[in-house]
Amino acid sequence: MVFNRKKTETDTPAAVAEDEVAAQGVTADISETAAAVTAAAGGEAGGPLLSSRTREMFGYVAWGLGALIVLIMLLAFVGVDLGWPTRVGDNMLDQALDPQTAAVAVAVIGLNIHFGYTGLLNMGQAGFMLLGAYGFAISIVEGVPLLFAVVIGLLASALFAVVLGVPTLKLRGDYLAIVTISAAEIVRYVGRATTFNEHTGGPQGIEGQDFRGPVTDLSFFGTGNFDIGSLDYILTGANSWWMRAVAWAVVLLSVGVVYLLVRSPWGRLLRGVREDEDAIRSLGKNVFAIKMQALVLGGLFGAVAGMLFVLPSSVVPDSMGRTLTFYCWTALLLGGAATVFGPVLGSILFFVVRILVTGIADNTVPDSVLNTQQAGQFGWIVIGVSLMLLVIFRPQGVLGDKRELRFNA
Amino acid sequence: MPESTTNLDLSQKSARVELMSGVAEEPGSAKPDPMLTVDNITRHFGGITAVDVTHLEVQRGIITALIGPNGAGKTTFFNLITGFDKPSPGASWTFDGQGISKTSASRVARAGMVRTFQLTKALNRMTVLDNMMLGAPGQRGERLLSSWLQPLWSRQEKDIEDKALSLLERFKLLEKKDDFAGSLSGGQRKLLEMARALMTDPKMIMLDEPMAGVNPALTQSLLGHVESLRDEGMTVLFVEHDMHVVRHISDWVVVMAEGKVVAEGTAKNVMAQQAVVDAYLGAHHDTDLGDDALLEDENFAAIEAEAQQESEGRS
Repeated sequence: MVFNRKKTETDTPAAVAEDEVAAQGVTADISETAAAVTAAAGGEAGGPLLSSRTREMFGYVAWGLGALIVLIMLLAFVGVDLGWPTRVGDNMLDQALDPQTAAVAVAVIGLNIHFGYTGLLNMGQAGFMLLGAYGFAISIVEGVPLLFAVVIGLLASALFAVVLGVPTLKLRGDYLAIVTISAAEIVRYVGRATTFNEHTGGPQGIEGQDFRGPVTDLSFFGTGNFDIGSLDYILTGANSWWMRAVAWAVVLLSVGVVYLLVRSPWGRLLRGVREDEDAIRSLGKNVFAIKMQALVLGGLFGAVAGMLFVLPSSVVPDSMGRTLTFYCWTALLLGGAATVFGPVLGSILFFVVRILVTGIADNTVPDSVLNTQQAGQFGWIVIGVSLMLLVIFRPQGVLGDKRELRFNA
Repeated sequence: MPESTTNLDLSQKSARVELMSGVAEEPGSAKPDPMLTVDNITRHFGGITAVDVTHLEVQRGIITALIGPNGAGKTTFFNLITGFDKPSPGASWTFDGQGISKTSASRVARAGMVRTFQLTKALNRMTVLDNMMLGAPGQRGERLLSSWLQPLWSRQEKDIEDKALSLLERFKLLEKKDDFAGSLSGGQRKLLEMARALMTDPKMIMLDEPMAGVNPALTQSLLGHVESLRDEGMTVLFVEHDMHVVRHISDWVVVMAEGKVVAEGTAKNVMAQQAVVDAYLGAHHDTDLGDDALLEDENFAAIEAEAQQESEGRS
């Protein structure tokens, strides 16, 4: 219960009084005291907002929903025809494996390094993605070999991170949030400006076929179609098995890298910075350098994500704007910040659940009340409401350790 | 043991008394072997001068207490010399012979002067052991490039863990090592912060109100720890309000008021200095404020009357 306290209220008189109680060995009342403290602090998540029975019920509902998602997708996969639920299941399955879902997962992995581990509020992850995508796509169009094109995309994003980090990382966290969101918008507007039409293609962007070649050429899958269960794609091309394999391989690789990094002393240092910069400074560590490393590293993941994101489609600046950043945040909070697999699970869930909600709404509510287009919008509303419920009732996300990270970190 | 005091074993009280007996009991007096020397350090907040210390030396190997009324600038002074705040131009201070006036907080810590905070900065959502291990300096695994190659740092990590565990044992936190630091009581967090500071192998430890909000039993053990640090040859400078504590463990007392050092001396003598009485202690510095008798009506009335008399006498 003691963890429920916000960082800022740790040293309030009430907390100190409570500490003294604990020190004298009267531990029985401590959870009640803490609950009272949190209630007094304006209703922290967890304790006083819901009775334990209601919480238990919510737990069952969540498990039920999870089981339903898996079941529908499984039935669709083996081809049991139940009418519209099967069609919805097909869509969900398709979306879950989509290369763009994988791309978002990588972007969220980067964001997790920023926010989950280091506590940096990066509100412009889409900007990092867009820069990576531009760097990569323009280089290939200009005839740069694949490997160098990837490096150029990465460098563009790293430079962006340094430029944003130098003035803001010495200041309080909020400044980084403001600067990143504006800088990401600047990147998008520069991208869509007709001035640079020759290179960026303006608002229409760069066609996928102009830069996809070197990646599809690497495919050893051969040509033709391949189907397994209800999944049926071409082997090599834009919307292909090859793209899926590449994208999810990158996701796995990213998860592996993050796993190695965050369990090292470096990862411990990141969490230390997230908890209290001054304490880390007083131990002789260079906090600015650590934050910069985290910002650049997360930005590099963003750049890779941007490249994966545009490979199956095209570089369109408006498809990588604020909305995409917010999708990334939602997926991160959904899956669980400061966990290794949370970003991946969160990204898949985010897209799949929306299709489920939209599908159910579209097929069960008569068109006179909710037509197909409105059902799509309804899906987003549900996503928004669930995000709110999530941060109130389960701020640690699906996989998160409640004790380690709360949304108000 | 530092060189110039090798002939004295500072873990003996008599030796410390002998060492400090030659020091003049006046503000800014010279010490036989200063660890920290501060000159002309000032800090203004708008029109208010929070700190204005012209000269101060802190003797090596003893416990120096920094006392003063609320708002005397003690914590600001701490922040300034540890690099957490920037003084006005012209300030200079040296630590163990090296100038550190232009360095950042992390460099000051690396030079061997480590501090704790008035509001304890335990890293609440990390385990006690992780808190401790963060304190170790020069960790190979903390470099991004080598962090993902565990063989490069696993041996060092093991050593650090052993050191952390032995410190935790000494501070009686060993059974808490896997608990989150946020679950500790206020006093235990103070202990943890002190233990974590020791992980950096400091030459001098600066404690900002180490006893604030700590129950009497833990205060006793905290005091024991501070004294044992001194006995191991560490220099201790601490801010404290509790006069019992100050009298009990400090070998030298520096009194600040309104940003200035107004008096220095041994705990016994400094309380008697007029400047200190005026600035801080008032007529009742010998009265135990925890004494319930003070709250009884007739006593209270007597004190009030006395205070009345005093203020009339002054005006």
